Amino acid sequence: MIGIVDYGMGNLHSVQNALRRLEIDHFLSEKKEELVEADALLLPGVGAFKDAMHALKKDGMDGFIVEAVQSGKPILGICLGMQLLFEESEENGLTEGLKLLPGRIVRLPGITSDNTTYKVPHMGWNRMLIQKPETPLLQNLSTDFVYFVHSYFVQTKDRDVLLATADYFEEVPAVVGRGHIFGAQFHPEKSSDAGMEILKNFGAYVERRQQGEAI
Amino acid sequence: MLTKRIIPCLDVKDGRVVKGIQFVNIIDAGDPVELAQAYDEQGADELIFLDISASNERRNVIIGLVEQVAATLAIPFTVGGGINSLEDIKSVLRAGADKVSLNTAAVKNPDLITLGSEYFGSQCIVVAIDARYDENLGSWRVYTNGGQRSTDWEVIDWAKEAVKRGAGELLLTSMDRDGEKSGFHIELTKAVRDAVTVPVIASGGAGSAEHFHEVFAESDADAALAASIFHYKETSISAVKDHLRQQGVNVR
Repeated sequence: MIGIVDYGMGNLHSVQNALRRLEIDHFLSEKKEELVEADALLLPGVGAFKDAMHALKKDGMDGFIVEAVQSGKPILGICLGMQLLFEESEENGLTEGLKLLPGRIVRLPGITSDNTTYKVPHMGWNRMLIQKPETPLLQNLSTDFVYFVHSYFVQTKDRDVLLATADYFEEVPAVVGRGHIFGAQFHPEKSSDAGMEILKNFGAYVERRQQGEAI
Repeated sequence: MLTKRIIPCLDVKDGRVVKGIQFVNIIDAGDPVELAQAYDEQGADELIFLDISASNERRNVIIGLVEQVAATLAIPFTVGGGINSLEDIKSVLRAGADKVSLNTAAVKNPDLITLGSEYFGSQCIVVAIDARYDENLGSWRVYTNGGQRSTDWEVIDWAKEAVKRGAGELLLTSMDRDGEKSGFHIELTKAVRDAVTVPVIASGGAGSAEHFHEVFAESDADAALAASIFHYKETSISAVKDHLRQQGVNVR
């Protein structure tokens, strides 16, 4: 059973719709005492990093998530929810994140080193370049096109957490993770076939882990 | 890199998909939920759902229908028509839409663009511009109310103003070409594309797969929209994409 963290940021309906279509057991909750029962957490999010951290800090949801993940609960962060997994963000002034993964969230500069300008946000369909083919989330994908909408992106020195990237003038981390911690910069729930397959893979991963398979 | 997007548009009136020629002579084209599903399966990159009765009859979009359409879709989804306030934007996004398209209300009250983008983010605010050539103006003029009312705005000026206020994308419809199937308005699209830094969706005039190639190659539009040629199965999204791929255009 996947618990979707409802902390007032973003489009929870589309994630829920997708999980429902895929027949993945899930529930939506804003209460720690309910989410503690979940086998895994899903952290969605649309909006600004600072507002999101502020919302998570209410009632100590931030601490709850960190503790749950450190005690072995898998998590999947989506879009802003993925960015929150990192150490800090430069959006609207430096803000600390959940610090589950190493790296900082910075704005897409909109200009390359050779002075080519490009549009920010990075919005539309782009191709994932799979860096770690063994990642459970990226198994048996029928296509690598996924849907992005974001103005900030992850910068990390630890390339080990880059499971898939995308090429948009910069190397944009697309799927990140380490162990049972996962994040997708794009919106799997809006990414048609590849997105549904990734969510399905996460569901299957959670189930396998629940059944005690060594992963 | 990003692909060029193909976007079917569902103009909805009284719960049915309809299509007119040059914004009038409206005829029935099917059930919105069925069409949305079919387009998703055919490889549509996005869907736009416009409640065309809304602005005239001054009623809100049919939230229930939006919910139904959203529940079947795994691609991004824009809703427009009769969205007049922050509260309207919120209710449409809550019903499952990813973006809202503002047209008449944005011209009447440009602050709605500013407030909408501040509250919900630029990425979910699309400003739709209906453009018709005006000889007196020597340029294109902005129309509202489903193309029935002319405004004082020149299209390029309005496009810049909308973007300055926070529009994340422009949906540019050539009323001169709408329903004519003679091709997109390249000159208009290019002029707007060159004037702004946000994605531009070309709309109005698609009659064949080659028209999509033309508008991408010659105006560098980011996306192209069509309704009737898809609804009446004159061509399919996959046929358009095959053609674009053959011509070297990057598509999903």
